[in-house]
Amino acid sequence: MSTITTEELSATTLLRFATAGSVDDGKSTLVGRLLHDSKSILTDQLEAVERASAGRGQEGPDLALLTDGLRAEREQGITIDVAYRYFATPRRRFILADTPGHVQYTRNMVTGASTAELTVILVDARNGVVEQTRRHAAIAALLRVPHVVLAVNKMDLVKYEETVFAAIAEEFTAYASELGVPEVTAIPISALAGDNVVDPSANMDWYGGPTFLEHLETVPVSHDLAHCHARLPVQYVIRPQTAEHPDYRGYAGQIAAGTFRVGEQVTVLPSGRSTKIAGIDLLGTPVDVAWTTQSVTVLLEDDIDVSRGDLIVPSKDAPPTTQDVEATVCHVADAPLTVGHRVLLRHGTRTVKAIVKDIPSRLTLDDLSLHPHPGQLVANDIGRVKIRAAEPLPVDSYADSRRTGSFILIDPSDGTTLTAGMVGESFASPEPVKDLSDDDGWDF
Amino acid sequence: MTTVARTEEGTDSPYALSHLDSLESEAVHIFREVAGEFENPVILFSGGKDSIVMLHLALKAFAPAPVPFSLLHVDTGHNFPEVLEYRDRTVARHGLRLHVASVQDYIDRGLLKERPDGTRNPLQTLPLTEKIQSERFDAVFGGGRRDEEKARAKERVFSLRDEFSQWDPRRQRPELWNLYNGRHAPGEHVRVFPLSNWTELDVWQYIAREGIELPEIYFAHEREVFQRAGMWLTPGEWGGAKESETVQKRLVRYRTVGDMSCTGAVDSDALTLEQVIAEIAASRLTERGATRADDKMSEAAMEDRKREGYF
Repeated sequence: MSTITTEELSATTLLRFATAGSVDDGKSTLVGRLLHDSKSILTDQLEAVERASAGRGQEGPDLALLTDGLRAEREQGITIDVAYRYFATPRRRFILADTPGHVQYTRNMVTGASTAELTVILVDARNGVVEQTRRHAAIAALLRVPHVVLAVNKMDLVKYEETVFAAIAEEFTAYASELGVPEVTAIPISALAGDNVVDPSANMDWYGGPTFLEHLETVPVSHDLAHCHARLPVQYVIRPQTAEHPDYRGYAGQIAAGTFRVGEQVTVLPSGRSTKIAGIDLLGTPVDVAWTTQSVTVLLEDDIDVSRGDLIVPSKDAPPTTQDVEATVCHVADAPLTVGHRVLLRHGTRTVKAIVKDIPSRLTLDDLSLHPHPGQLVANDIGRVKIRAAEPLPVDSYADSRRTGSFILIDPSDGTTLTAGMVGESFASPEPVKDLSDDDGWDF
Repeated sequence: MTTVARTEEGTDSPYALSHLDSLESEAVHIFREVAGEFENPVILFSGGKDSIVMLHLALKAFAPAPVPFSLLHVDTGHNFPEVLEYRDRTVARHGLRLHVASVQDYIDRGLLKERPDGTRNPLQTLPLTEKIQSERFDAVFGGGRRDEEKARAKERVFSLRDEFSQWDPRRQRPELWNLYNGRHAPGEHVRVFPLSNWTELDVWQYIAREGIELPEIYFAHEREVFQRAGMWLTPGEWGGAKESETVQKRLVRYRTVGDMSCTGAVDSDALTLEQVIAEIAASRLTERGATRADDKMSEAAMEDRKREGYF
């Protein structure tokens, strides 16, 4: 297929990003404008929203109704869940995880941020950095989202003053770098008036940076892979056992991090056996090198025992295996997580039995205060946990590898997803948290 | 909006995947997770483009081994002949096993009643859920996409269903990173949506890139149609034009393939994949808005059907 349309559109890259915030910040207006101005809202969707808005006695179309898909959400006028939106420009395709911003929805924000390469934090220019802003910044920092955008909204209500924007940007950037956020891009916008969202503002000559959409279109979507630890969790063993392929034995998986090459010496964990990569099959095409996030099938030189749940790594860069995992977690289930809880731990493609040995602290994201020994974590709590696994696990630090440094805890009795975990230190910088040792940890 | 094509190409490293490669890799990962975690998965296969793309991805995911899943067609009895022919040809070519859950059979046995409006889409739920129970399928792949409809936008990739196949949007498991939780009790099953993050345009571009064959009704052809509720319907065994409706010959194509009684054609002269893609890129209506009578019923039509166990 060689027409310009197909090639141009399919050559674009994909950016997954997240927004967190409430209607008050103008988030729905921003998302609505982005979708509307990139022509991603189609006539019948807009008509449905206009009908529903009119039915509620609202004047203009309420663009929040586009994403609030569930009956309960529309009835209550809030976003409960993560809403995924899709739009495209000639440069790039976008998947937006739109999440509610209030503290009782921390788990939804964490979910949205877990796959995001960029997160948008909205502030109202009149209010500046508030508690919610700090919480959103902390979530972005905890989840190691590579790019953070501070959208200073409602600039029209502060007369487009540069000093207002500069003060907010400075305060936020200082706070974010304290948390170890590697990159903050601050953009002054008015979602309502359209300034710097898609088109450059005529009201802020002093701003020389990209518009919001330009930034989304040009921010890099992959890291410098040379510095990543290569990791391939084995999902499935492909053995056709047919006349045509009597001896084919391929290890199928999606490369979680880094690159693999044919001829490379690799080790299979947790067994620790080593061999060389004999071939890499990229969905029907033999290749010499493959990288994250490609789904591949790897052929090994020696016939060693490899099965689902194993991790293939370069022999020279293997992670240590351990049964003791220390992590920062976000509790996502309604029932609490307690010390002594017997759980299943899912890491990569491996699921093992585990027990919660200790919950040393709970963290309040609004002010980063630390509450020692809370005894339990309830829904939306962030805390530190110590877990003992029944088998050794090849875990990376989440800071090094988001995919092989993360895990979930599952309730073995009913299969509920309990907790999202990130191995290692909470923040990239020296812990910025305030240890409130006097606190009894039960103030929620 | 800017229309300058990618002047800053240098911002992406050579390791950045194209959006189609990225979506393909994600879907393949989902298929392989299911193969690794479930005993008896099945792919819902209607002969529509989304199910055809699902099958293509499954074939790629396990090559050179055969697809370790069977197919299930929920047959409303109101099929486009071209689509049934395509289905049977595809099953034979890849040596697959096809299960059929027949709505007509349920009507004949008196277990389902024909609706006054003649549409059979809502009638599919019972044969589907009973087939899942009787065959003990524990994972059921559906071609649903989050961009299709706003209740679907809240759907998980792995979506747990109870023994009655019911969906409870308030009890959904959060999905973090790419860690899918497929734990389920005996009798429960998981609906799996590998195309969750695809848009209609992505599906068409992927079909073009991969050279996937489709039933010919997806391309412009002359057909006898009549207008009902703003859509062009084809008369057939299911019924036809009422006295007030006139049948006429028009150049049309289908954007979706479903039950003949409620799947409308659109006016189109798009004969090739490129022309179809150009047409969709310029379209101002969603595919469901343009072609599905059943989704226009109410603001929560899809949510209600999904709760009851629909696709």
